[in-house]
Amino acid sequence: MNRNLLTRVLVGIVAAGSAIAAAADELNMRQGATAISHDVYGLHMFVLYICCVIGVVVFSAMGYSMYAHRRSLGAEPAQFHENTRLELLWTIIPLVILIWMAVPATTTLIKMYDTGGEDLLIEVRGYQWKWQYKYLDENHDNALSFFSSLSTSQDEIHGNVAKGEFYLLEVDNPLVIPTHKKVRFLITGNDVIHAFWVPDFGIKRDAVPGILNDVWAIVDEPGIYRGQCTELCGKDHGFMPIVVQAVEQSEFDTWYETKRVAYAEREKMASQTFTPDELMTLGEQVYAKTCVACHQVNGKGVPPVFPALDGSAVATGPRDEHIRRVYNGVSGTAMQAFGSQLNAAEIAAVVHYERHAWGNKADDVTQPVDVLNLVSAQ
Amino acid sequence: MSAVLEAHHDDHDHGPAKGITRWLFTTNHKDIGTLYLWFSFTMFLIGGCMALVIRAELFQPGLQFVDPAFFNQMTTNHGLIMVFGAIMPAMVGLANWLVPMMIGAPDMALPRLNNLSFWILPFAFSLLISTLFMEGGGPNFGWTFYAPLSTTYAPSTVTFFIFGVHMMGASSIMGSINIIATILNMRAPGMTLMKMPLFVWTWLITAYLLLAVMPVLAGVVTMMLFDVHFHTSFFNAAGGGDPVMFQHIFWFFGHPEVYIMILPAFGVVSQIIPTFARKPLFGYDSMVYAVASIAFLSFIVWAHHMFTVGMPLAGQLFFMYATMLIAVPTGVKVFNWVSTMWRGSMTFETPMLFSIAFVILFTIGGFSGLMLAMTPVDFQYQDTYFVVAHFHYVLVPGSLFGVIAAVYYWLPKWCGRMYDEAFGKLHFWLSFIGVNVTFFPQHFSGLAGMPRRVPDYALQFADFNMISSIGAYVFGFSQVLFLFIVIKTIRSGKPATARVWEGAHGLEWTVPSPAPYHTFTHPPVVTAAEAHS
Amino acid sequence: MASVRATPWKLLALVAGMFGFGFALVPLYGLLCDVTGLGGRTGGVYTYDPATVAIDDSRLVKVSFLTNTNDGMPWSFVAEVGALRVHPGELTQANFVVRNPTNKTMVAQAVPSLAPGTAAEYFHKTECFCFERQVLAPGEEMEMPMRFFVAPELPRSVESISLSYTLFDVTQLAADGLIASGA
Repeated sequence: MNRNLLTRVLVGIVAAGSAIAAAADELNMRQGATAISHDVYGLHMFVLYICCVIGVVVFSAMGYSMYAHRRSLGAEPAQFHENTRLELLWTIIPLVILIWMAVPATTTLIKMYDTGGEDLLIEVRGYQWKWQYKYLDENHDNALSFFSSLSTSQDEIHGNVAKGEFYLLEVDNPLVIPTHKKVRFLITGNDVIHAFWVPDFGIKRDAVPGILNDVWAIVDEPGIYRGQCTELCGKDHGFMPIVVQAVEQSEFDTWYETKRVAYAEREKMASQTFTPDELMTLGEQVYAKTCVACHQVNGKGVPPVFPALDGSAVATGPRDEHIRRVYNGVSGTAMQAFGSQLNAAEIAAVVHYERHAWGNKADDVTQPVDVLNLVSAQ
Repeated sequence: MSAVLEAHHDDHDHGPAKGITRWLFTTNHKDIGTLYLWFSFTMFLIGGCMALVIRAELFQPGLQFVDPAFFNQMTTNHGLIMVFGAIMPAMVGLANWLVPMMIGAPDMALPRLNNLSFWILPFAFSLLISTLFMEGGGPNFGWTFYAPLSTTYAPSTVTFFIFGVHMMGASSIMGSINIIATILNMRAPGMTLMKMPLFVWTWLITAYLLLAVMPVLAGVVTMMLFDVHFHTSFFNAAGGGDPVMFQHIFWFFGHPEVYIMILPAFGVVSQIIPTFARKPLFGYDSMVYAVASIAFLSFIVWAHHMFTVGMPLAGQLFFMYATMLIAVPTGVKVFNWVSTMWRGSMTFETPMLFSIAFVILFTIGGFSGLMLAMTPVDFQYQDTYFVVAHFHYVLVPGSLFGVIAAVYYWLPKWCGRMYDEAFGKLHFWLSFIGVNVTFFPQHFSGLAGMPRRVPDYALQFADFNMISSIGAYVFGFSQVLFLFIVIKTIRSGKPATARVWEGAHGLEWTVPSPAPYHTFTHPPVVTAAEAHS
Repeated sequence: MASVRATPWKLLALVAGMFGFGFALVPLYGLLCDVTGLGGRTGGVYTYDPATVAIDDSRLVKVSFLTNTNDGMPWSFVAEVGALRVHPGELTQANFVVRNPTNKTMVAQAVPSLAPGTAAEYFHKTECFCFERQVLAPGEEMEMPMRFFVAPELPRSVESISLSYTLFDVTQLAADGLIASGA
């Protein structure tokens, strides 16, 4: 009977403990997926506990004093106002505690600054407001690079439809890395300063234009790891997540080969000719991914910073000027040069789309070759 | 008491001018102090409304009220207005009212400069706030205005922002020169430096900090102005500049700035706790040395705001160790306040309540500061809501509670009437609960990974943000109660005695309440009872 | 009360001094970067003297090249090879190709940055396109050489170096005569 009760109590304690632990998981830093992130988590808990202990001591002393040394209880004020020994003591003890904290912090930091060789180099480049990943593969002339932007729909953001599980933390093209391999991320920015953060890897580093920063990670568990840009970078700072997919090496190799070939194909697409319908379909996709953040779904823009396309002089005027604007951008404005981000087919399609969507009814067809002609004639 | 009688006598000769000219042309430290305080309260309400716009948008995931571009203008202007428009002028207002009375001086050393340094501010802030209504919108690059977001990519109104900052800086510099000149030259005979009330000490050190760093801020915005309009390349990598250098110069100003906002609050609390514990301040000398060492350390820790920018290992370690070191003098101050309370005979009037809350909540902000100092862990905290929670804990229940405590404590001296204690306590409890409900959950959303300065967030942060928004509205509206209490006191409070508080010591309590327009035209006798000895 | 007059002037001198100090931070920061490799900044022209540089055959260091064009820069810019493996002390050449696809003459400036920052002070360039500005006529293409060596003193813990060049459009800055060529 007694033993039964004891078992029940024990089970109860364990259940309550794990419930608290589960809740604590949501309240606390994530342990993460790398050795470094575990070290960081341990360090975080270590400092947190020290702070809690000091807090309990100081606040108990205050609480007791506030209770016991009240005038309403008839407390008579003492008149002491210094005690050199005591003051020395509470200068030295914190100093010792600080040194005790600094030692593991230094060790972890040195580990993070490891400069040894790596298995894979990936350049991470922050744009307003998306990420570009370039796989630095010397065997293929660093040939694979792609943009990764938010895939959450505007309808979800504006509450027209229910928000999905990974609202704002999902992208069209995730960064894929192999597990058990040392991946070094070379981080830089294209326009303003962004910051690359994947909490589960314990890494965060600023993406500064013109400056190269490096961090690394070895991920053991396959999985999807999500992060966000963490440096204010303008209007859509809150809408440029990072999604990293860690897969086994063999799976990575397959993915990489497919992606690389597809990338080469996409580059080849530039020499094809499309029907107007194909152009509209492709153009709409490109528009939704690239242009919609500023010019809006309805093409009305957000004047005066982001002008309307619907009925605009550019989208209804001479076609070559329209292509040039998309390709070269407009200096001094938020309009970027998309020539380096989109290939000729995509630019042709999006220009065609903008000239025929909404109320725009141009009577021309834009083909990739038109873009190329224009670019080489520039 | 002869000084008191004479001061009162003088009152008949030079009363304040009548009408609006009294305020426009005044050179009286008390009038200017009042102007500063009302100005800062106005800015506090405007900045507070911006905070409520932010919290309304963050109440739920998704975009409901404002678009992201406007949201960024709100976060930027909320920060700028609270830092430069609310907290700093409030501290200067307190200094204007109290420093001359505490050291037995008839007025500030440079009364006309005093008038000028105040009247610049309304123009500076009108300029800043007017940009919100201009084409392209107001500043949207965060109160830290990192280049190139604030230069190459800035809205065209950035020029007005730059001039606004120049004007605020000029005002602060003039104010600080005045305060230092007053403290160094105008003390009553017998008021030696080590007898000055701690509030005066903290302001003396703060004023030196201001003089050292406001010119650097002026320098950095001047460089921005040149980059924006004259195509120089201070922060433009293309021309040989470096955007990271902006951050180094900015934080060389920015970190001492943090202490500029908190040190006078340390001083206020060090005046109030002894009064209501009816016991002298514990460790006066070590308090002075602690403030001085905090001020010194503030110059060598700036890069802890930029651990993620990519510094060499040695740099990271240096700034980590130096930052951790600040915990020592800060700890000394907290321990001394607790020791002052220990074995006292305490009562808990509103100023004391705000001061005790200050000590507890500022300490919590100090703990998160210590956690942030650890570079490897800071990588996880940097630019998340954990940082937002940290600096709001040191600024709201820190600096702001210091100002509110000071207002309750000295208001009877200023206007000769007592505030309503029941309302004061209600204001305290609403503020105390509001502040914690607002900012404590932000620690959790930060640890869970929510970046700061975002108008929308992932679903796992929803609960904490909702709680935080509710707290913000409670806190925000309880400040309207504060306004009501102050007005009620001025209009219909019960008359206050000269001493006001049973345990109060200091020269300001030797003059009648309300303090006459001119006090200490003849230097008072500094007795042991009214000065630290 | 003479000191009431003197104090403000002394304080004003402090203010002026600190304003100057803010600007002095610009060259001081540049100096700091050159000395510590802060920001991965590499140095200026270095003279290679084979007599004094011993080649370290015992190890190979991987040097990867990253090429980027900054926002609003339409040129194409690539490295001929993605990465090289070099012995410390060995003088090596890497080639980069730029092309101006626009219909106007443009001026570009390449800004180098190197990771890890600790390696920057051991990375020496004897010849680099980044030492001067590039001017390309419409449609012009150019091959640009960069000759470098890694000092044998490079700490053994550094096994891989990444060198990035970002190409900035400085046509306007050059026209205004406001920039010196970078290093």
